[in-house]
Amino acid sequence: MTSPTANPTKYESVIGIEVHVELATKSKMFCGCAVEFGAEPNTNICPVCLGLPGALPVANAQAIEWIMEIGLALDCEVSERSIFHRKNYFYADLPKNYQISQFDIPVCHDGHLDVTVDNNTTRIRIERAHMEEDTGKSTHIGDGGRIHSAESTLLDFNRSGVPLVEIVTRPDIRSAAESRVYAQELRSVVAELGVSDARLEEGSIRFDANVSIRPEGQEELGTKVEIKNMNSFRSLERAVEYEIERQIAAVDAGRPIVMETRHWDEEAEVTHSMRIKEGSSDYRYFTEPDLVPMLMDESWVTAVREGLPELPADRLVRYQSQGLEGDLAGVMSAASTPVRSVYENAVDSGADPKSAANWLTGEVTAWLRRNDTDPTDMSLDGAQLTELLAIVDEGVVSSSAAKEVLVGVLEGEGTAREVAESRDLVQISDLSALEAAVDAVLDANPEAADNYRSGEQKVLGFLVGQVMRATQGKADPKQVNQLLRGKLAS
Amino acid sequence: MTLHDLTIVEAGARLRSGETTSADLLAAVLDRASQTEAQIHAYLTIDRAGAAEAAAKADADFADGIDHGPLHGIPMALKDNMCTRGLETTASSQILAGYVPPYDATVTTRLRDAGAVLIGKTNLDEFAMGSSTENSAYGASYNPWDIGRVPGGSSGGSAAAVAVGSALGALGSDTGGSIRQPASLTGIVGMKPTYGTVSRYGLIAFASSLDQIGPLARSVDDAAVMLEAIWGHDPLDSTSYAGEYPDLHSGMGRDVRGLRVGVVKELSGEGYEPAVEEAVATMVERLAAEGAEIVEVSLPTFDIAMSAYYLIAPAEASANLARFDGIRFGHRAEGATTNALMARTRAEGFGPEVIRRILLGTYALSAGYYDAFYGQAQKVRAAVQEDLARTYKTVDVLVSPTSPTVAFVAGDRVDDPLAMYLSDICTIPMNLSGDPGISVPISLDHQNLPIGFHVMAPSLGESVLFRVAAEVERLAEFTAKPVLQEVAG
Repeated sequence: MTSPTANPTKYESVIGIEVHVELATKSKMFCGCAVEFGAEPNTNICPVCLGLPGALPVANAQAIEWIMEIGLALDCEVSERSIFHRKNYFYADLPKNYQISQFDIPVCHDGHLDVTVDNNTTRIRIERAHMEEDTGKSTHIGDGGRIHSAESTLLDFNRSGVPLVEIVTRPDIRSAAESRVYAQELRSVVAELGVSDARLEEGSIRFDANVSIRPEGQEELGTKVEIKNMNSFRSLERAVEYEIERQIAAVDAGRPIVMETRHWDEEAEVTHSMRIKEGSSDYRYFTEPDLVPMLMDESWVTAVREGLPELPADRLVRYQSQGLEGDLAGVMSAASTPVRSVYENAVDSGADPKSAANWLTGEVTAWLRRNDTDPTDMSLDGAQLTELLAIVDEGVVSSSAAKEVLVGVLEGEGTAREVAESRDLVQISDLSALEAAVDAVLDANPEAADNYRSGEQKVLGFLVGQVMRATQGKADPKQVNQLLRGKLAS
Repeated sequence: MTLHDLTIVEAGARLRSGETTSADLLAAVLDRASQTEAQIHAYLTIDRAGAAEAAAKADADFADGIDHGPLHGIPMALKDNMCTRGLETTASSQILAGYVPPYDATVTTRLRDAGAVLIGKTNLDEFAMGSSTENSAYGASYNPWDIGRVPGGSSGGSAAAVAVGSALGALGSDTGGSIRQPASLTGIVGMKPTYGTVSRYGLIAFASSLDQIGPLARSVDDAAVMLEAIWGHDPLDSTSYAGEYPDLHSGMGRDVRGLRVGVVKELSGEGYEPAVEEAVATMVERLAAEGAEIVEVSLPTFDIAMSAYYLIAPAEASANLARFDGIRFGHRAEGATTNALMARTRAEGFGPEVIRRILLGTYALSAGYYDAFYGQAQKVRAAVQEDLARTYKTVDVLVSPTSPTVAFVAGDRVDDPLAMYLSDICTIPMNLSGDPGISVPISLDHQNLPIGFHVMAPSLGESVLFRVAAEVERLAEFTAKPVLQEVAG
């Protein structure tokens, strides 16, 4: 073992992440029961998902199509023929005491996802994405809800048999921040595909991390520790960070790393040991004899591939090519679907991409947040945004008045032009009317005019303000400025 | 002839001619059951009320001119590993004592839809693991031909009921011979269909890749009409066959002229009773006399099929039986922790043979042993299938004894699992291959015990299988009936 030295060893962390995604199919993986979050306990159950004697599973074709979508979105290969296995272990919320899962021939394998942290892009290889079923849910009653001290356990089998996709990376992740970004990127891919609710707080997407450390430059992997129970991106990052530091401290102090599963304690922000793994667990996998192989022929794979929506990473590149720079491209491409479709439609109808994106990610998003409005219910479409940008360009409204026009549009008062009229925000474009207002101000303030003429330039601002006030803000300040200079010079 | 001795086809004719009613048929078999159950113990549950209602309904249907086909109004029994909604289903295990399924197995539904009158649930070896129906938590069944002997198993209750007249027909399940061997030992017809043709939905699984439900009947014709009622694609069973099904009647009644009949060399010799071998040889000669071409064939893999079977079946069973844990249904033992509760439930609920097979199967699947045991067994299974495919290029059907011996004395093999396992040596290859097989009674030995003739065909070869079976039945003219010793009281 290494002893502490004056020159401490530098360590590299090696991280792999397993993600479980619950698919939002109408029915469960192997029976017709509804997939529904938050239903009364044990209402969406039947002989199959309860594991009653004699019941048999039948695979859900929609789920197989959706795991193919996930796999293809991650550039995986789809197996032509894939089989289910039984993974045997006893647990009260696992009705059959085996989970129908996959072993050596997953539906998807060998893909990747690129993640960028601090302008460094790393390719994270995906080893596999396989299909399985979720378990039921145990609620431990008494003494803090921990299994070992619980007085009783309540079982809810509504979740039993919900289609679950497990996505496993190779050990390509090198930091806690990369772990978080990988998880976020993966979540946005799944959300984009629309195959899962992908809600961390509801457990419809769950992350486990395998963390090990090794001295920098060493090829051989260190002993890995699995960490569980991270239910936000932040807690994933914190847990990985904590675990790396814990392992470094242990090794530096001459203590060995034990192969085990550790539980992330959200409140204490530490991991603690759940169970020690003695070698690899023996799940006695064997081919599930109740199910026939899944056959994914080329035409099916092609059809699924062609039906894939644009993925966030591709969209980012496209937005950048439209002229969005830096953060604006990132924020716009990660915006919600309704906000993005306003952007897309506006750009299609000739709006300047940068202005459209600025309005949407700025004023529009702020208004939605202020009014607690769901973007799907927003009464702004691409055509209206284009019109708003146009009336600003044409000088019909000032850019400050334009913000008020936007509010009117978002409040459903009509198109941008209609709102500008009805809210009386149209700039005075009639030169003679403006001249009259300027003359009136000069007449009323002879002293100020004289001061300007004698060289006191800053008085001009006061005079402009007076004109704007007299016109209730509808004058173009630039134009007022010019008129004043002209008249004062003569 | 008394009503309880009729075949399904004969009874159906009388129902339609108005000579008898379904209620009369039911009364006759229930009478027969009350006379014989004390000695035979074919049934675990008799559903008098449900059966009476079904019989009354059938009679009303006939009066209204409604006819659901050959099983309409016929009193039949189900092996107690097939789920019946609202009627206790135990698989002969203590662990399911009192368990009432909330749903019907597909075969149950199909029999109900065919208008059959379900009398009750028959005894079996616990979870269908055994060849004598002695491994039942609720007591053994006995052979109507000699109540000191076993009826075979695991569908021994169904076989005994049909043989003794307490049902006109019954369903069994066959994982290694559990329909055919008891049919042979009780002098009736028992048939295992091609894997996937009869839905397993609602059959309490023993070994999923081997289990198949089939008929136990008094005649080949009865077996055919029963099979026609229960088979066909079922969307609830992924392994269910979705293609075209064979026509069972196309060959029945035709002779066997020109058919090539293979006599399996490996299914003879040591361990086979001379009377069994003689009876089978005689039938082969008679088939030859009818114009069949007899070919002796060798399938070397049959010698190792048994070893493979006793790895594959327990391996699958070890997972299939994991769900019996006391959590959601069935027997539950007390335990301070969930693990203790599960372990104690299983220790108390399972009988010794079931525990033996779970341990065997768990071991065969364990890391480090998988390749040597389960993996190797799967290779043998594939080899058996190849061996058969090769053989079927030169023959149309294969024949052998169904069982190497006639019914053995109760208790004789209880403490010798290997001897018990050998009872299925002739039938196991068809479970490994998924092919159909049928046992037809051909004669009695010197002790008045029945001998069965086994016919095998390739998958979906039921047309030729029934053609040969019907001819064997015709040539054998086996009409003997068991005579029960009178019991005082």
